[in-house]
Amino acid sequence: MNTKSLKVRTLIILAVTLAGIYFVFGPRRTPTGADFTWTGIKANLEQNISLGLDLKGGTHLVMRVKTDEYLKVLTENNAQAALTAAQDAKLQVTGSNVVAEDGTYEITLNLGPDAQGAAVAEEVKKKVDFFNWSEDVSASAVTWSLPSTIQTNLKNQAVEQALRIIESRINAFGVKEPTLQRHGAEASGQILLQMPGVDDPERLKEIIGAESNLMLMKIVSQPNPSPVQTYPSREAALQSVGGALPPNRQILPYAERDALASADGAQPPPSFVVVEYPPVVDGSELRDAQAVTRTGNEGDYQISFSFKPAGAQKFGEWTGRNIGNYMAVVLNDEVKSAAFIRSQIFDQGEISGQFTKATAEDLALTLRSGALPAKIEYLEERTVGPSLGADSIAAGLRASLGGLIFIIGFMVIYYRASGVNAVVALLLNVLLTIAAVVMFGATLTLPGIAGFILGLGMAVDANVLVFERIREELRAGVPVNKAIWNGFDRAFITIVDSNVTTIISSLILYLYGSGPIRGFAVTLILALLINLFTAVFVSRTIFGWFLSRNPEPKSLSI
Amino acid sequence: MFQIFTDLKVDWMGLRKPFVFISIAILLAGLFSAAGRQLTDGGTDAFNLGVDFQGGTVLTVKYREKPSADAVRNALNNVGITEAVIQDSTDKTDEQLIKIPIIEGQQAATPQPAPEANANANNEAGTTTGGTQVEVGRASVKRALDTFGAEAATELSLEQDAAASYKIVGTDSVGPVAGEQLRDAAVIATLLGMVGILLFIAFRYDWTYAAGAVIAVFHDVLVTLAFFTIFQWEVSLTVLAAMLTLVGFSVNDSIVIFDRIRENMNLNRTDSVYKLTNQSINQTMSRTIVTNGLTFLAVLALVLFGGEVLRTFSLALLVGSIVGTYSTIAIASPIALWWQSKIGRAEMKDVTAEKTSGEKLASASRRSVTRRPVTR
Repeated sequence: MNTKSLKVRTLIILAVTLAGIYFVFGPRRTPTGADFTWTGIKANLEQNISLGLDLKGGTHLVMRVKTDEYLKVLTENNAQAALTAAQDAKLQVTGSNVVAEDGTYEITLNLGPDAQGAAVAEEVKKKVDFFNWSEDVSASAVTWSLPSTIQTNLKNQAVEQALRIIESRINAFGVKEPTLQRHGAEASGQILLQMPGVDDPERLKEIIGAESNLMLMKIVSQPNPSPVQTYPSREAALQSVGGALPPNRQILPYAERDALASADGAQPPPSFVVVEYPPVVDGSELRDAQAVTRTGNEGDYQISFSFKPAGAQKFGEWTGRNIGNYMAVVLNDEVKSAAFIRSQIFDQGEISGQFTKATAEDLALTLRSGALPAKIEYLEERTVGPSLGADSIAAGLRASLGGLIFIIGFMVIYYRASGVNAVVALLLNVLLTIAAVVMFGATLTLPGIAGFILGLGMAVDANVLVFERIREELRAGVPVNKAIWNGFDRAFITIVDSNVTTIISSLILYLYGSGPIRGFAVTLILALLINLFTAVFVSRTIFGWFLSRNPEPKSLSI
Repeated sequence: MFQIFTDLKVDWMGLRKPFVFISIAILLAGLFSAAGRQLTDGGTDAFNLGVDFQGGTVLTVKYREKPSADAVRNALNNVGITEAVIQDSTDKTDEQLIKIPIIEGQQAATPQPAPEANANANNEAGTTTGGTQVEVGRASVKRALDTFGAEAATELSLEQDAAASYKIVGTDSVGPVAGEQLRDAAVIATLLGMVGILLFIAFRYDWTYAAGAVIAVFHDVLVTLAFFTIFQWEVSLTVLAAMLTLVGFSVNDSIVIFDRIRENMNLNRTDSVYKLTNQSINQTMSRTIVTNGLTFLAVLALVLFGGEVLRTFSLALLVGSIVGTYSTIAIASPIALWWQSKIGRAEMKDVTAEKTSGEKLASASRRSVTRRPVTR
């Protein structure tokens, strides 16, 4: 190694070290004087290293959108709509069959003896969207079924839609950097949600999964001034419609007075109303919903809502025609309030019912974000409280420092002056590995710290390989300067081979492993790559520097 | 010079039979433990699988005054959880781990009664799913623990909320589907990792060495698993990370020795493979002891200071760091040698160059270290 290349090498090492120090401790903005104080450095360090949920605390949820159920509901609704459409057109249809399981989604309309299949199909398709469905018309029936490619598309759409809705719902938490993404194979319909700092998974799940299906429906009752027609039981309500429920009627529980009655502990008498189906407008027409209160008392909150233009139009027309009639505000299949229509209303409404502040706000939020396309099932839930995370950081730091001190102590005692050389390379490896983690924006997790410690172990191994080789050469009587270069040259191949093997297996871990394993693989790979630089390039330069001062030393402290 | 070994002359390859015997004995012990536990009714399973792999819920609970394990178990029994494992944290006196198995099946029988106070609110917001592991696991334990006093309010720590008597500081709840996914991903990643190693060594050395290294790695994983079944340490995702690490270390060890064999073959073309293998192991012994000794110490630091979360990870590594070193000498090298003897490149005893067969052997051994693919 001549003087010139030694200088170049030293410059490279200095530049890399400075860059490493900047990446780890420097601010990502113009530095100020405060960045050189102890607290400034600490603040920057915290800002630069992004910690995983297991270290900083938070909630990790894996959920699955029940896409099968979504298709099932779609099929059933279409079947109902198709039947209604055919009957409305006075076509001879005797009934409908629905198959919705095991990847088969099929609707069959059974035809009466005189019905024309083609005519029925055409009539139905005017009202119901069967564009993506494959159609089969025979003499006795019309059948629509969902091809499997369309099923996959629809399922995907449902998951994407769920993703958007969940996103708008979790925004209410004001969490700084939530992770929300598809998880696992696309067909699995899974979603991963990570909420740093949130350690109450129950409330989170409540908001994500909350069902908020708002419908405004006409109540079957004498108009005002008669009181609204209610029934004490479902059976009584059924009697009023002649014992069998026609498809355009529904019986719903009426629960407005729940909260009032429960104040004295007694359950209110059950109450039911009969409503007209389909609803006048539903939640998909909502533009906004807010929790409001007149008195400010806890437990005296209402939800006021407003409609989008199309919904407002529909609602306005309908209320104009139905002044005096009773209308039900139905939330999740329960009538929350029943009121008669005083005058034409266009775009405003209110859900009254003694809500608490928190419930009213959560409800308003879920109303705003719309209904989930299908139910959600939770597969995995992990929470780490901030204290547990802090404990893990402390444990990881203790273990890393403990390991480092063990290693440094040993190297200096066993290899003496050359050991100091190894320690310099080792410390540089630590610095640069952290810098690389910061640079690539990798998240530091507990397994990540473990990978880091193992990277340290392999970094030491590289030095040990070189030093043992130099010792062997010295024992064989080779002069010191030649022994040093021989040691590096011979050990180099071994170091590359062993590091590359571990990098290969870590890469595979990264590609195929799940969260915690990936964190481990990332830091290990980074540490090993940097090791090739520190243990060979840096360590060699230090020896070169030593030899440049004394080209033919009689002995070597190793 | 402060040296551990200077001039070692051990006939390691001659010791292969006792070595293999020891390995087989440990593996059999593991097999008996696993099979015995699995087949005995009412006993534990072969492996103490963590919730990551078999599903279930683990809660880390911090108490103001920690109740006894029996008291907690009784409280859990009252809410219908019978098979809970309650374990005091080893490094923190006020914390306890509560592990409950999958409760999917019995969910239908015990619908969750809504707490009276906010029954109305709950019914209105209404969670959408009936009750999977993840839905009810934490909630059930919380109901049980509420008999000891209230949990600290959301966003408040136990210290901040004077009225509270406990706080759930950590949850791991895994449903059966996710457990299966994690398990499959883990097994696939491990196997693919081994294939990757096999190909790389075959490319750098040849198939006999690749086979030796990979069989040694399998051996290490199995021996470590044997320890986990015998001592019933919990197998979790982090243990898997440890397994993969020890795979890396074991291969690393094998490569150091193989590399030396390759080098020695080029230097001493007349020596037998058997002798060169022994010589190479002896020459690298100092490095083996130093590196693995240091790794052992670093891992020991993990066991001692790493805390509860890293405990099984560190234990796996501790076993692995010893087994990995041993297997390179006792398994990887003899297998490579044995295979070469099968294909006529070497013999399973010390054949010196003076013998008539020496010439042929030496040239054969030279061939074994070229990077040319072995065609036969």
